[in-house]
Amino acid sequence: MKQLTGRTCTGTAAFAISALALSACGGSEETTETDAALEEGGTITVWAWEPTLEQVAEAFEAENEGVTVDLVNVGTGDEHYTNLQNAMRAGSGLPDVAQVEYFAIPQYILGESLMDLSEFGADEYAEDTFTDGPWGSVTFGGEGIYGIPMDSGPIALFYNEDVFDEHGVEVPETWEEYEEAARQFREADDDVYITSDQGDAGQVTTMVWQAGGTPFSTEGTDVTVNLTEDEGTAQWAEYWQPFIDDELIMPVAGWTDEWYQALGDGSIASLTIGAWMPANLESAVPDGEGSWRVAPLPQWEAGDSQTAEQGGSSLAIPEGAENAELAYEFMEFAGVGDGVQERLDAGAFPATLEDLQSDDFINREYEYFGGQQINQVLSESAQNVAEGWEYLPFQGYAHSVFNDTVGQAYEGQATLEEGLSDWEDDLEAYGRDQGFDIAE
Amino acid sequence: MSGGLITLRSTRRPKTPPSVLRPAKSRLLTVLIGLMVVYSVVPLIWLVINATKSQQSLLSSFGLWFADDFSLVDNVVETLTYDDGIFLRWLSNTMLYVIAGAGGATILAVLGGYALAKFDFVGKPAVFAVVIGAVAVPGTALAVPTFLMFSEMGLTNTPWAVIIPTLISPFGLYLMWIFCADSIPRDLMEAARIDGANELRLFLQVCLPLLKPGIVTVALFNMVATWNNYFLPLIMLRNENLYPLTLGLTAWNRQASTIGGEAIFHLVITGALLTIIPLIVVFLLLQRYWQSGLSLGSTKE
Repeated sequence: MKQLTGRTCTGTAAFAISALALSACGGSEETTETDAALEEGGTITVWAWEPTLEQVAEAFEAENEGVTVDLVNVGTGDEHYTNLQNAMRAGSGLPDVAQVEYFAIPQYILGESLMDLSEFGADEYAEDTFTDGPWGSVTFGGEGIYGIPMDSGPIALFYNEDVFDEHGVEVPETWEEYEEAARQFREADDDVYITSDQGDAGQVTTMVWQAGGTPFSTEGTDVTVNLTEDEGTAQWAEYWQPFIDDELIMPVAGWTDEWYQALGDGSIASLTIGAWMPANLESAVPDGEGSWRVAPLPQWEAGDSQTAEQGGSSLAIPEGAENAELAYEFMEFAGVGDGVQERLDAGAFPATLEDLQSDDFINREYEYFGGQQINQVLSESAQNVAEGWEYLPFQGYAHSVFNDTVGQAYEGQATLEEGLSDWEDDLEAYGRDQGFDIAE
Repeated sequence: MSGGLITLRSTRRPKTPPSVLRPAKSRLLTVLIGLMVVYSVVPLIWLVINATKSQQSLLSSFGLWFADDFSLVDNVVETLTYDDGIFLRWLSNTMLYVIAGAGGATILAVLGGYALAKFDFVGKPAVFAVVIGAVAVPGTALAVPTFLMFSEMGLTNTPWAVIIPTLISPFGLYLMWIFCADSIPRDLMEAARIDGANELRLFLQVCLPLLKPGIVTVALFNMVATWNNYFLPLIMLRNENLYPLTLGLTAWNRQASTIGGEAIFHLVITGALLTIIPLIVVFLLLQRYWQSGLSLGSTKE
């Protein structure tokens, strides 16, 4: 279940929206090398679990005769990375294309195990093709391009309108109002909570990100872990502690059957979650049809509009892949070419500016959400992602030990502050063992 | 209670002393066993009950009782047909790994155990040390080195990558060794040799029947271990079509937490139920051998 908790990227958001600049990349400047590979044909192996890639692979094969895309699901999240790591270490059996979540990219870049896509001409997408969040994470520090973004996950407030109405609770616009709403729910009905949380590293990093925190930073091999003094982190911890102390949140872990159950029967009234959530709600919470709506993420200061990213993946080429040129063509097709539409139709949320702003996308009405044009909210959120966020070059490890440290706070055995401090100690020790220079 | 003729200490007649046939009753033990039964049976009951629910009622009904609808048949059909019937593919993969891997491991263990127990040869203490050492090393610790080795040989992502490591069962070998040593009297072997039996015939016709309980025990051990094996296939296999059931069901379960993935908890549960049925059947069929196997080894001289 952890793959969703991995959250995106080194966002440097707030781009000027200029859909027009997009036309610049068409046509003449295509690198010939990869085109030739396309004509020659061949087989590429793609390791990914993303379900919409099936349609993309079919479309790509249909368009290019002689090309076969061998789409293999080697596991989801951790399992996928274990397999990838093993193949990289063994130096054989590597896929030509691998799905890599934004949070996992830094570790592969530092391990020099992903190809720099600049050599295939990926520079052409450097400006105004993708939103800054996802693009920031595939470029990580700006030296090289290590992946083609597939989707993005700007967060918003998903809420069950029926439950809010039933208890006369206003949809919160600030975090202060959100806490108030949480208390109103608890007073109104013993079974209803504003949300659930049992300690989720991805959720926490996203919230800290929105608060403007930058607890992690990397420069070369210098890594800073600053969970105790970072202002954004402290702000979040202080805010969230009463939610645990006063039992304002349902103690249920995300992505379990209990969680889906609570989403369906109205005992979880809202979620602050990534823009990819609609597809999951539609398929797993059919009972919620017509009840759910999407609102902008609550803000720390009334009138602000700062958001963050949650989840999302890119496609990358492992160093040593056999068929890199063809692989690049496929990634281009899936990330910026005709494949994007295939994925959107299947419910994915784009990372490309053009699609985020297309009328078709913005004005699409969702029956599940009572006919609401939810993409207006979500697209807006994509453009307001807070700047400066970075993931650790060992973020996967960080997530895996989250429950042993910060997670204790959710059991009432420590405060969030203490938990964060433990997390920091653990990460610093691990980073040192891995040979990073850890700043004190 | 009549008077105490037998004992001077007590006025009450003492209870018959506990014996093997009439063990003493212990309330504490009964309670503990009762708890163990609950602990092991409740999940099974849960599994059976929930396999009868549709995805929707699974999420909206009490876990330990039936929902209004009864969808067991639908669920089974859907499990067997979902994603072009890949469940059946996984089932046959698992069977292949069990038959070839666990079956082969059992044969090797019997041959090896017999040789070690009944023949003297140079280096036997070394073999002993290696086997005992191998029992102590958990399979998980060897998985990654094994992966790298198989990768060199180009065998990863093939059924061989699961079957070959499964063939090696130090624990099974050790068990067979002990069992052979205890259950085949040397006199019997001598007698057979004097009667003119060659070594092959001696093994096949005289010794093997005596080893039956031990073989069944080792075979069951290996079968269960292979049937449930998760980590080895996880790192060796990347092709969904080669997955055993354990990996396949995990993949299904993970779908629910994938962006855009379809939640199919009801199929995971039904699939899990279907997965344990063959094991239960095998246990029931081989139970008597298994029981006599456990006791046989322990009562020989």
